[in-house]
Amino acid sequence: MLSVMRAVIARDLTLAWRRKADVFIAVLFFVIVASLFPLGIGPEPQLLRAIGPGVVWVAALLASMLALSRLFAADYADGTLEQMLLAATPLSVIVIAKVIAHWIAANLPLVLIAPLLGLQFGLPGEALAVLALALALGTPCVSLIGAIGAALTLGVRGGGVLLALLVLPLYAPVLIMGALAVEATSTGMSAAPYLLLLAALSLAALSLAPWAIAAALRIAFE
Amino acid sequence: MLEARQLGCTRGERTLFGDVSFTLEARGLLHVAGANGSGKTSLLRILCGLGAADGGEVCWRGEPIRELREAYWRDMVYLGHAHALKDDLTAAENLRVACEIAGRPAAHDAIQPALAQFGVAHCAQLPARALSQGQKRRSALARLALSRQARLWILDEPFSALDVAAVSQLENFILDYVEQGGSVIFTTHQDGAIAARATQKLDLDTAQVAAC
Repeated sequence: MLSVMRAVIARDLTLAWRRKADVFIAVLFFVIVASLFPLGIGPEPQLLRAIGPGVVWVAALLASMLALSRLFAADYADGTLEQMLLAATPLSVIVIAKVIAHWIAANLPLVLIAPLLGLQFGLPGEALAVLALALALGTPCVSLIGAIGAALTLGVRGGGVLLALLVLPLYAPVLIMGALAVEATSTGMSAAPYLLLLAALSLAALSLAPWAIAAALRIAFE
Repeated sequence: MLEARQLGCTRGERTLFGDVSFTLEARGLLHVAGANGSGKTSLLRILCGLGAADGGEVCWRGEPIRELREAYWRDMVYLGHAHALKDDLTAAENLRVACEIAGRPAAHDAIQPALAQFGVAHCAQLPARALSQGQKRRSALARLALSRQARLWILDEPFSALDVAAVSQLENFILDYVEQGGSVIFTTHQDGAIAARATQKLDLDTAQVAAC
């Protein structure tokens, strides 16, 4: 089972590496969206510091959405997904491997670059570290929820828009906890409760989402 | 070994087939025939567990495949219309990953001979996007060379896009697998040697199975 997971993760990361433009576009989108806010709002340090965590989180969620529609669609189109459905390994295990690869390729670059974007909003050093940590803990949940949406909208005409409408509202708890964690640090409070809640959300998603994704994929093929 | 009991399939308002039943034993070679749109691909997808039938049941070694699931898929190989190749992976990488995902990991030195068996060894290091349709088909078929331990092959139009030499090569390959105890279900519109050697023929236009 682990060897199949390793094979799927290695395959998806190899494909992401050979299609670097897709990753680069998502990162560029993240940078542009997060940078437009300071330009539009003006150089008011207090205001920028107040909205910074939320803006970076929203930009990260939107950038993460860009890669989501491709999570299963390419495999569906070329027939590799139906081979995964017929594998001797449970589909939920293969799905976990695909989500891990998606998180590494699509969300990890956003986690790494987020502190740099936080600088534009005048966030203090400790808040920047918490921002990256909150994204690292919260984006696995984002990937898992997004994967449910991607599986449900597989093969649906206009699925990209439907996917956004379906999953963006479900990102709200992660967004709220993530932004509050950074805000708490900026105001001298502890971010630990929010970070623990983010981790709990991701673990809860990990325990339930793979089965939902696998079921949605099987429905898409019937 | 594989038993289809009163399978039916409807698409929208149209009934593709109803009451299809047959039993395929080891060393059995079943030719599924029928006009375009008669439901050949739908039947094969039901037989491999990808699609749901409107009625009836498919059993493998006496057990319903919907209960066996992974245990059935361990014994079965399905090659559909799509080549199941990633354009950005080489033919060799595609083959290795396909075998790993199927749960039949291939030894590193088995990849090249498998591709050679289908005449695409020289394409091993080429990305799939650089291959012709025929070469892609051959690369996809190379999975069969590494799946001989599976007891059932379900092949949907395996001869499409192949040249005459490759068709003959694949026919011999399938017949050899059947002689060694495997079972094969295939669709084709060609009246080649393999259609003549089939042990059973299922005509979906009439839903009748005839022993050959």
